Amino acid sequence: MEIIEVNQNNFEKEILKSEKPVLIDFNANWCGPCRMLKPILEEIAKENDSVKIASINIDDEEDLADEYGVSSIPCLVFVKEGKEVKRSIGLQPKEAIEEMIGE
Amino acid sequence: MYDAIIIGAGPAGLTAAIYARRAEKKVLVLEAKSYGGQIINTLDIENYPAEEHISGFDFATKLYNQAKNLGAEIVFEKAVEIKDFKSYKEVITPRNTYQTKTIILATGSENRKLNIEKEEELIGKGISYCATCDGAFYKKKRVAVVGGGNTALEDALYLSNLVDTVYLIHRRDSFRGEEATLNQLKEKENVQMILNSNVVALNATDRLKSIEVEDLEGNKQTIEVDGLFVAVGRIPENENFRQIIQLDSAGYIEAGEDCHTNVEGIYAAGDNRVKEVRQLVTAASDGAIAATEAIKYINNHQED
Ligand SMILES: Cc1cc2nc3c(=O)[nH]c(=O)nc-3n(C[C@H](O)[C@H](O)[C@H](O)COP(=O)(O)OP(=O)(O)OC[C@H]3O[C@@H](n4cnc5c(N)ncnc54)[C@H](O)[C@@H]3O)c2cc1C
Repeated sequence: MEIIEVNQNNFEKEILKSEKPVLIDFNANWCGPCRMLKPILEEIAKENDSVKIASINIDDEEDLADEYGVSSIPCLVFVKEGKEVKRSIGLQPKEAIEEMIGE
Repeated sequence: MYDAIIIGAGPAGLTAAIYARRAEKKVLVLEAKSYGGQIINTLDIENYPAEEHISGFDFATKLYNQAKNLGAEIVFEKAVEIKDFKSYKEVITPRNTYQTKTIILATGSENRKLNIEKEEELIGKGISYCATCDGAFYKKKRVAVVGGGNTALEDALYLSNLVDTVYLIHRRDSFRGEEATLNQLKEKENVQMILNSNVVALNATDRLKSIEVEDLEGNKQTIEVDGLFVAVGRIPENENFRQIIQLDSAGYIEAGEDCHTNVEGIYAAGDNRVKEVRQLVTAASDGAIAATEAIKYINNHQED
């Protein structure tokens, strides 16, 4: 699956009402570690059909970042049935992310 | 058996990999987190020769690709122990044991923590070690910066342009950082300095709510803040190697400009060794020297 860009408009549909669990990647263009995380997430997205990966740009979507209390990026939030179940901060190796989403 | 195992894929380690690969040695680079090391958070590097402006991310990526394209093997595993068997050495990670003729330690340094309760669990929930990374989340809020060196002063200045109030807390009565930055800070109306004081406790529910600050006489005050930026220096991470490698009292590897450690065939390169100037260009320089010394050692011990 491709990584889905999420904003205020599709947030409810893609995250809160998603049938699959969602891994949200809060990021920004100026954030070096976020840019390093991106290819890892792309790989996971490709290899994986059971989890949706969503990207939220914190500069464009300040309210969503606020709603999740994000104050450091990269920040990954794993959401099941609309509820946060796990969170990680900082750059993570691929294995740690796979473990987070229960691979 | 590798010719050289390089521990750490920061500027020192990747430069060493480039030199060793150009000498056609079999090279493995081990990296615990991500390639590039500490520079990846920096928005703009302005002092690397021949690069007027480059972001830390671009610098790291170019360096990584250069080493990789020359044939260096780069694996994301943390070295947890090294062993010296004279004729060869071993590097141990949680998943593998690798054998090699030489080792280059290029492990850099990490942010020093305050070492107070709840600090670890509040990272990303009010505690930060990088103002340029996380400052944007504290627009119009109240923050404190703790530290007395250049990083602390620059962080306070950077944050003062974003946030409502900055408390700059330092345990001494004067700052070690640059005079010019300090003067700029003194002109900021929203920066309040709290000297001769330490942060002794963190109060939080789900995120940081306030900090306890204690002065040298033992008077305590509670300051409400949304963020605390810790800028109390950096420390090397060489504990995994202490059993065989000599460290100084601050934990830096005892190796001179030739990058030799106390063990033959093991070298130290970059911010992790005893030295005066810790910068990209000196890390790269160390990488070149350590690799050259390792190559010499390998060539001299070919018959063993
Ligand atoms: C905020 C900031 C701004 C800076 N700005 C500049 C600047 O503008 N110009 C400049 O010249 N310098 C700058 N520096 C300094 C520069 O980043 C360092 O001097 C340089 O990165 C040192 O390189 P290094 O390879 O020795 O170590 P590091 O960059 O620290 O890299 C070490 C690597 O080793 C890895 N590692 C550690 N232990 C292990 C282990 N056991 N197993 C596997 N891997 C391990 C780490 O994860 C890391 O990736 C800045 C530093 C900071 C923090």
